[in-house]
Amino acid sequence: MNKNYETVFIINPVLSEKQVEDTVKKYKKILDTGKVKTVCDESLGFKELAYPINNKNSGFFHLFQYETEKIDFVKKLETELKRDRSILRYISVSLCKDALEYNARRAKGEFNKKKK
Amino acid sequence: MRRQFNSALQNESIDRSSKKKKFCRFKKSGIKYIDYKDPSFLKQFINDQGKILPRRITGTSAKYQKKVAQAVKRARHLALLPYTTDNN
Repeated sequence: MNKNYETVFIINPVLSEKQVEDTVKKYKKILDTGKVKTVCDESLGFKELAYPINNKNSGFFHLFQYETEKIDFVKKLETELKRDRSILRYISVSLCKDALEYNARRAKGEFNKKKK
Repeated sequence: MRRQFNSALQNESIDRSSKKKKFCRFKKSGIKYIDYKDPSFLKQFINDQGKILPRRITGTSAKYQKKVAQAVKRARHLALLPYTTDNN
């Protein structure tokens, strides 16, 4: 049975916009070659960090949501993220039924109106 | 004489009817999933020091308190929320 996963990572703020795009593209390629179904690919924007990581006080956040059968793919993606120096932090989460519903509504932009 | 003394010491009864009963906001508004990517919402469940508020203060039900705690911890990892805030 296919399961949904979500990965968020923080890209180094020192990089130029083009370099940020390139790193995102690199991970998109991994998603494409891994035979997974990409549900969501979204930039969460430039954000201030609550505490410094590697002496950086801000970063570019990026979100991937994908559907895959094997947990091995998530592990593979995480090792890639770990090796990458331009990634400050990452988190991978498996999504439950309620989370899927929430993400689908979020993708439509139902929540953004309330927040901002 | 002794009786009078006793009556003076007796506490006044507390009127509990005016006290509002706490409720679980997730059950009431039908929120099923708590997003860890939304720090402005999660800030309602932490104090000034960045600690997670206990159930007895927020009134959250046990089921959702677990989810709140999980979401806050994930948000902390992503530096969306602080682990601690120093006031020194």
